[in-house]
Amino acid sequence: MDLELHELTAAYALEALEPEERDAFEAHLASCERCQEELASFWEVTGALAFAATGPAPSDALRDRILESVRAEPQHVVPLESRRRRLTPVLGAVTAVAAVVAIGLGIYAVSLNSELDDTRTALAQQQTTAAILADPSATTVALQAGEGRLVVASDGDAVLVLDGVEQAPSGKTYQVWIVQGQTPTSAGLFRGTDGTDVVPVAGKVQPGEVVAVTLEPAGGSAAPTTTPLAASNPV
Amino acid sequence: MTLLPVAVIALPDPPVSWSMRRHLAHLSDEALVALVARGDESALAELYDRVGRVAYGLAFRVLRDDRLAEDAVQEAFLAVWRGAAGFIADRAKASTWILTLVHRRAVDTVRREQRRRTEPLDDAAADTATSESAEAAAWLGFERDRVKSALQLLPDAQREAIELAYYGGFSQSELAERLGLPLGTIKSRMFAGLSRLRELLDDGAGAA
Repeated sequence: MDLELHELTAAYALEALEPEERDAFEAHLASCERCQEELASFWEVTGALAFAATGPAPSDALRDRILESVRAEPQHVVPLESRRRRLTPVLGAVTAVAAVVAIGLGIYAVSLNSELDDTRTALAQQQTTAAILADPSATTVALQAGEGRLVVASDGDAVLVLDGVEQAPSGKTYQVWIVQGQTPTSAGLFRGTDGTDVVPVAGKVQPGEVVAVTLEPAGGSAAPTTTPLAASNPV
Repeated sequence: MTLLPVAVIALPDPPVSWSMRRHLAHLSDEALVALVARGDESALAELYDRVGRVAYGLAFRVLRDDRLAEDAVQEAFLAVWRGAAGFIADRAKASTWILTLVHRRAVDTVRREQRRRTEPLDDAAADTATSESAEAAAWLGFERDRVKSALQLLPDAQREAIELAYYGGFSQSELAERLGLPLGTIKSRMFAGLSRLRELLDDGAGAA
């Protein structure tokens, strides 16, 4: 442990190092857990100092400028070019199964729905959702139908992010399905908002499976009864 | 001011954009960064709506110039867009990370432009033309008072070192020269001052 370098943690957090000192400290930081911890706590302090900076509000044009500059960037993550692609046979399978209505799943869907109304469950679910989205090892899967993406953590927990799904009409609900081969399993209900929906998938998603969404009667169905309006590529 | 911010109205697709922002409101900053890492533009917009006000205030405090401050904030948010995938939530809060990016750009610019000033900004210059909600403004005001109070509890020498470095953009070597003190003294003051400030903020002792 280099005491002299360690003491630079404060100056580094305050951005008070000269470029060459900064480089030396960063090289040290990479391998020094103690400095990393100290820096994390000092950054919280300098972050607080930022709040005490008294300045005018930014112009509204700045927000536009930032979003424009971001739009000009090359797409750096999962391409969403698949929006217009035709539905694959997997989706055909979902609707085919819909004709053969099974029993049992409906009950599960209904109980899940009442649980969703429970605030505590909703809060816990929100935390799980955030954890999955924040998991750097989670993979993003593009949709073959609909707009948005599916984010799957390494343990199979998943979150569906949907753009442009309208609120479900009264008496209807959206139902999420995990489709393994030809077999859809209910993975929760949601009502939909007119903006972005961030929907936790109630169930583990395994490699090769597809997550799909259909519009169903309130309470959900045992098996899909309509054509999916959104579906992921196979995970 | 109950009007929608002009920026919202001016967007190509106002209703969708507006409802997206509203819907993302329940997500944590860290979850938003994760969405940004996956190319979600509306998540970046939401982050800007949350942190942009403070980010710009900070950049302006360091740079004392509209255009340079806007450039620093814009560059920092572009860095957020490009680097979101590398953000590790265990290390820092997302807002702290963003403010660190903004601050580094502001400091780099102020050193390059040789335009740093040290006198505090007049409070009257603040809070003009803001379109934020009353709650957000109240919270920001509370947080600002809390940190300012904590700063006042520091020994003068420590506070001076911290303020000149963080808000003035002076390096530790420049400070040693400016104050006519050994570099070691400056380093110690920064370290002791930031440590003390950390205690004060943790205790909530800064709260008035």
